[in-house]
Amino acid sequence: MLDPTHPLNGLGTAFGSARAPLPVELRALNYEASGKLVIDNANLKIETRGITAIMGPNGAGKSVLLRLMHGLIAPTGGEILWGGRQMDRELSRRQAMVFQKPVLLRRSVAANIRHALGLRGVGRKERAIRVDDALKLAALERHASTPARVLSGGEQQRLCLARALSLEPELLFLDEPTASLDPASTLAIEKLLIDAQRRSIKIIVVTHDVGQARRLAQDVIFMHHGRIIEHGYADSFFDTPRSEGARAYLAGGLVL
Amino acid sequence: MTDFINAFKTALGLIVTLNPGLVEILFLSLKVSLSAVAIASVLGFAIGGTLAVYRFPGRGAVVAVLGALMGLPPVVAGLLVYLLLSNAGPLGVLQLLYTPTAMIIAQVVLVTPIIAALSCQACEDLLEEYDEQLRSLGASPRAIVLTLLWDGRYRLTSAVLAGFGRAIAEVGAVMIVGGNIDHVTRTMTTAIALETSKGNIALALALGIVLLATAVAVNAALMSVRRLALRLAYA
Ligand SMILES: Nc1ncnc2c1ncn2[C@@H]1O[C@H](COP(=O)(O)OP(=O)(O)O)[C@@H](O)[C@H]1O
Ligand SMILES: [Mg+2]
Repeated sequence: MLDPTHPLNGLGTAFGSARAPLPVELRALNYEASGKLVIDNANLKIETRGITAIMGPNGAGKSVLLRLMHGLIAPTGGEILWGGRQMDRELSRRQAMVFQKPVLLRRSVAANIRHALGLRGVGRKERAIRVDDALKLAALERHASTPARVLSGGEQQRLCLARALSLEPELLFLDEPTASLDPASTLAIEKLLIDAQRRSIKIIVVTHDVGQARRLAQDVIFMHHGRIIEHGYADSFFDTPRSEGARAYLAGGLVL
Repeated sequence: MTDFINAFKTALGLIVTLNPGLVEILFLSLKVSLSAVAIASVLGFAIGGTLAVYRFPGRGAVVAVLGALMGLPPVVAGLLVYLLLSNAGPLGVLQLLYTPTAMIIAQVVLVTPIIAALSCQACEDLLEEYDEQLRSLGASPRAIVLTLLWDGRYRLTSAVLAGFGRAIAEVGAVMIVGGNIDHVTRTMTTAIALETSKGNIALALALGIVLLATAVAVNAALMSVRRLALRLAYA
């Protein structure tokens, strides 16, 4: 970031990242919990550099899939490859995730970012710089020393996103990041995501919001009953969904 | 009733005149219990945090034993330490029996399970919320323990208070390993026991009142520290 030769400096952006290796690949991925096949033989190859949206009714397995791809839980079968390499601990440290419900430490706004950077082994000086950048990014400079948990819902989610971005991930997962936010807060998050994507961070986001997926996504994955039913370009998915499930889901009908 | 009135008068007299005998045993009581609680806190936080985060065979049993040990009778704790420190015991060469150090050790044995069990519970509750986020951030188990202890700091003060209440009030452990030797190992509680058995009810009650007031004062001090921290900070 301080490096004037940094290729991203021309964009006037806060956080630079190495270009994410692609594709993200799932091969015959299974996840079984309490005797139930929650992820059922998922095969997938995400190659787009744009934002990928995962959609599907509640209980489809979207959150579990994200946690598998991020290495938070281990698959019971199959494999996950990223840039051709087996998912492992080192790789998952090049990723970040924003959870559906903001998880904030019982510390100040700035301390939340600082602690995250510390856990990733970022040095003291660099940490201070990135904390400032993240606060600016989230428009939370005024709240730097506010207890994080008294922020509004929108501010909390912005903080979570800025904290994730401060880690300079190559791949960023988000699980329904705007599910409980008002339109203005939602827009602020979307703007941050578009900025991040332009800085070549690969983004995979679970959303129920068709409008949001249309605004953000280059490609859409549709899940149902633990299976990946469709994966295609956003335009064609929304205009001509191929599966019955996706048609019903998009029509706002009951998907059974 | 006259006993009570006399007791209050005696207590007041002892306090107002700063009776040197009283000051000595009160000071020893506080020294022993505060030292024990300080040591037990360090141990208890480490044990509680570790049990909350690390998964290993027998963990459930350890947690259960810890819970049971919260109710360890002081005389039993005292007896264990006595066996350890007596001339025939494994640590007999240290010649610690009937010293304040022995009393501190006995109270550490008594209080550590309380602080450990309460810390473990506090950390487990936080972990439920933090686990995936912290692992996503790349935290090692050790870093997770430290994060939980810091973020659980308000509940940990309650654990410390519970431990202090137990230590300052108990008589069995310090009696057995300290021996209630005048000017050496006599504490408030052993003095109360002694005066009661000698029939000096008023003096015993007076000491009891002073002990109670001291315990309340220490609690209030810790609570106000905690409230201050809460107001300044980030619960
Ligand atoms: N650890 C688990 N044990 C049993 N069932 C689970 C577990 N985790 C998830 N599930 C089930 O898997 C299904 C998919 O969950 P999830 O991925 O959260 O759905 P969503 O698409 O709404 O995010 C749900 O039916 C859920 O109950
Ligand atoms: Mg979900």
